[in-house]
Amino acid sequence: MNKIVIENLSLQYSDGTESLRNVSMEIPANAITVLFGPAGGGKSTLLRCLNRLNDLADVEVVDGKVIIDGENILDPKTDVIALRRKVGMVFARPVVLPMSIRANLTYGLELAGEKRRSKLDEAVERSLKLAAIWDEVKDRLDDPAIALSGGQQQRLCLARALALQPEIILLDEPTSGLDPLSTGKVEAALQELKKDYTIILVPHSVQQAGRTADYAAFFLQGELVEYGEGSVIFTAPKDKRTEDYITGRFG
Amino acid sequence: MMKPTFSLNRHLVQRLGFAGLTVMAFLTVLPIVAVVVYIVVQGAPAISWEFLSGFPRGGMREGGILPAIIGTLYLTIGTAIFSVPLGIAAAIYLSEYAADTPLTRTIRIAIINLAGIPSVVYGLFGLGLFVLFLRFGTSILAASLTLSIMTLPVIISTAEEALRSVPQAFRTVSISLGATRWQTIRRIVLKEALPGIITGVILGLERAAGETAPILFTGAAFFLPRLPGSPFDATMALPYHLFVISTQVPEMPIQIQYGTALVLLVFVLTMNVIATFIRSRARAKRQW
Repeated sequence: MNKIVIENLSLQYSDGTESLRNVSMEIPANAITVLFGPAGGGKSTLLRCLNRLNDLADVEVVDGKVIIDGENILDPKTDVIALRRKVGMVFARPVVLPMSIRANLTYGLELAGEKRRSKLDEAVERSLKLAAIWDEVKDRLDDPAIALSGGQQQRLCLARALALQPEIILLDEPTSGLDPLSTGKVEAALQELKKDYTIILVPHSVQQAGRTADYAAFFLQGELVEYGEGSVIFTAPKDKRTEDYITGRFG
Repeated sequence: MMKPTFSLNRHLVQRLGFAGLTVMAFLTVLPIVAVVVYIVVQGAPAISWEFLSGFPRGGMREGGILPAIIGTLYLTIGTAIFSVPLGIAAAIYLSEYAADTPLTRTIRIAIINLAGIPSVVYGLFGLGLFVLFLRFGTSILAASLTLSIMTLPVIISTAEEALRSVPQAFRTVSISLGATRWQTIRRIVLKEALPGIITGVILGLERAAGETAPILFTGAAFFLPRLPGSPFDATMALPYHLFVISTQVPEMPIQIQYGTALVLLVFVLTMNVIATFIRSRARAKRQW
């Protein structure tokens, strides 16, 4: 089942530089879809289009639609607050908010109007377990989040996105600053999460793309070159450019 | 070819350079220390309970300076009431909402330049606008408003700086979690910028408390037999009182002058110490 349908999407920066050119793709639910390719290809911009975070930057939509659950979220009438609760995001650098571990997790829920302590506690435990960090922090939930290690902070950020019970999770190079052990924990958590969520991942390496992708899309200079099942893309790519990138001939 | 003597020379030059800089640094501190020590030594004998809690007597040559102390307190509070909310609001607008356009750039430059206007000009402006045109008369209200206009640029620019120093990533994360811009500002940005803002506010108010020229025509009284009863009354104030007893009263005992100067100095330095304390404590507690 397709959770997200992108139709002829073109984006540009306010200075007129093209960012994405006529991208169309269908992203299925309950799978990890990987957007990969060299830097400057438009992967992050596309990702930030899906929760309208580009509204904060100088990126404008030239043409096209992004349809999530049947609704074009690029429509100016879209409730972006509700959209962002439904589409969670984890960034490249773990940015914990300057508050306790618990407060980081309940921040979004409290903004959404949840006041009941029992519901909040429940969300804290559930999301920390999903992000595979519960055992490490359960005894110090009221400590400042900044005291955690980089790997723990990033899983906390994942948990923070999960606390809002989103349906889609966007991850923009979430393990780029992490050691292999922490990276493994995040990847393992994602494999569990895909049973219930639609996951879109911009990996920090081709290897990570290969390890995690159920579906993979190769982006080059704003263009979607090739898109299909990960097992096919990484073993028998159709496009010469995809093959050259995967085999390390450029990038 | 590089010879060892060259490097020896460079070491010597470097040492002399650093020694020179150290001497300069001490020289700059010297006048400040000298002023404080001189005022304390000269003024301390005048300080007594009667001096702090009594009214001036004998043509101000005897008695205390209570009305001036209370007046400066009133003026400082009055200035805070007008300038703090306005200044912080303006800073939030400039830092968080205003797009980077020629108009907002002009506003910023204007604010910076406002800080450079001589205080006596503010005084004349206050006389024209608040005392005469708006008919507030020579009053605490008119003086506070005048001091507020003078203080605003300081508050706005330090508060804006404090807001801008909060990492952009906090805003992005907060928005991505479904916060509105205002919720993000209120719950994250303002909270983190608060110590910096308070420091700026105190430094601005401190300057207002010590100024003579802006209150000269707008609210300061030469002598009042009683404390001001409403914002529409004129008031005595420490800096103006000091000016008066130093220049306008013949045969003024010198220790009363220095005593008054000492009280003003303590008033202003206390605010400074509080600002420094808030800043250093916030820096120690900061989580980014």
